Amino acid sequence: MAEPARLPRLRRARGRDPLGLRRVMADRLLPLLVAAMALLAALALAGAEGAAALAARWQQGAASAVTLQLPAGTPPAGVEAALAALRDLPEVAEARLLDRARLAALLNPWLGEAAPEVPLPVVIEIALHGLPAAPETLAARLEAAAPGATVEAHGVWVARLVALARSLQAVGFATLALVAALAAAVVAVAVRAGIAARRDAIAVLHELGATDGDIAHRFAARAGWLTGLGALLGTAAALPVLALLADLAAPLLGGDSGGWRGDGVARLRAGLAALPWAALVALPALGAALGWTSAQVTVRLWLRRLP
Amino acid sequence: MVRFSGVGLRYPAPGGDGAVREALRGIGFTLPEGSFHWLLGPSGAGKTSLLRLMQLALRPTEGEIELFGKRVGRLRRAALPRLRRRIGVVHQDFRLLAHLSAFDNVALPLRIAGRTEAALRADVAEILRWVGLADRSEALPAGLSGGEQQRVAIARAVIIRPALLVADEPTGNLDAEQAARVIALLREMHRLGSTVVVASHAMKLVEAYPAPALRLDSGRLVAHG
Repeated sequence: MAEPARLPRLRRARGRDPLGLRRVMADRLLPLLVAAMALLAALALAGAEGAAALAARWQQGAASAVTLQLPAGTPPAGVEAALAALRDLPEVAEARLLDRARLAALLNPWLGEAAPEVPLPVVIEIALHGLPAAPETLAARLEAAAPGATVEAHGVWVARLVALARSLQAVGFATLALVAALAAAVVAVAVRAGIAARRDAIAVLHELGATDGDIAHRFAARAGWLTGLGALLGTAAALPVLALLADLAAPLLGGDSGGWRGDGVARLRAGLAALPWAALVALPALGAALGWTSAQVTVRLWLRRLP
Repeated sequence: MVRFSGVGLRYPAPGGDGAVREALRGIGFTLPEGSFHWLLGPSGAGKTSLLRLMQLALRPTEGEIELFGKRVGRLRRAALPRLRRRIGVVHQDFRLLAHLSAFDNVALPLRIAGRTEAALRADVAEILRWVGLADRSEALPAGLSGGEQQRVAIARAVIIRPALLVADEPTGNLDAEQAARVIALLREMHRLGSTVVVASHAMKLVEAYPAPALRLDSGRLVAHG
């Protein structure tokens, strides 16, 4: 028997749950299922964000990654003519000569101090306004503007890499949408089971003058709480995995990775710092909103069969 | 107050062969405000169907029902809950929520109407006292006798001071003493101003409490008065 002092509290708790949803929509299975889906969603979300960052970085790099070589011994007048012709092209933001000292420094690891003695080609660095839609066509135009030149068309590969990163991003978002649809379906099934278990109680509430909104709200509040809790657990469980992946992927984004070595705590911190926190923090709230909405729709559709 | 005009009710017969069962046909009557009526007839005559139409748990397939001056057929579905809150219903099988105490079952209509906890406590306690269950307020339905459960159901039906109170065989599962007590409570609600309709085939009880009657047979109203 409950203690007398606790009776009002127990009464209020039961009174707030006239459909007994705490029992029929228990706080174990649904949150666990949603937690597993939230973990997948967090991975997909972080993957999509990472792919977007990679694509942006590669795209940016590609715009300044075109070099053009003139044969060794090209006279200064020929170099100037080539620079002028290149600067006139609309795609070219900047064209500048790589001076001989810097070229020698770049080749030093391979040629050593002998570099200045070796006949070196004239190298022109070209910055483009953006990643060309058709890198092969641009290369041909650059070669035409500077006869005898050879274009190092990194852009072709970078464009393909950017396309790959964009595809990965799209796959990430598609996975996210699929997980969201699955979560909504799981909530709908749980709510339908709850409706089936509490059909008589719903009929009593309906008879007493409860609106569809009243009844749907009771299910939605319970489903929203359980899915929000599940999404929070799943997102929290994903954090260490995401931090490790972020640390491993750091070199691709211009950072440094300790791989499997180094100070574990420091690497974890660095990985955590690189995560898309705004999106991850929003995930539990979005999970709760998804559960609430799915329950509202499911219950309201079912209630339409009542007069 | 309550007016039925040419009301009929058909629904698909069990079996799914497309056959239609006619539960009620051409029902017409008017119940004045504050009246008490028995609803009589043999089993299967359509008493429950008629009460379910009256409590807005069903919609007629033909004819017109008017409640509290409103033609129900012309109302949007979203407008019906407000009308239902003016109707109290008592069932033969009580229909209490098994996981709620007597107090919470009785408080349910007030909570649905948006009454705060502080405001509803005194009313629920008073109505439980009125039905003689003040000391059983924390008991679950499974711990109450049939008569006590029916009195909780009546308390739940009348706590909103309903303009219309319908009871479907409210004494069907009770002994004579409990039945008399339940009927006395329903007549008390009539005395307080509610329009009361009680379906019964317990003729001894009906004879003990004389009142106008609606008599149904095979889905038709055969006598009124």
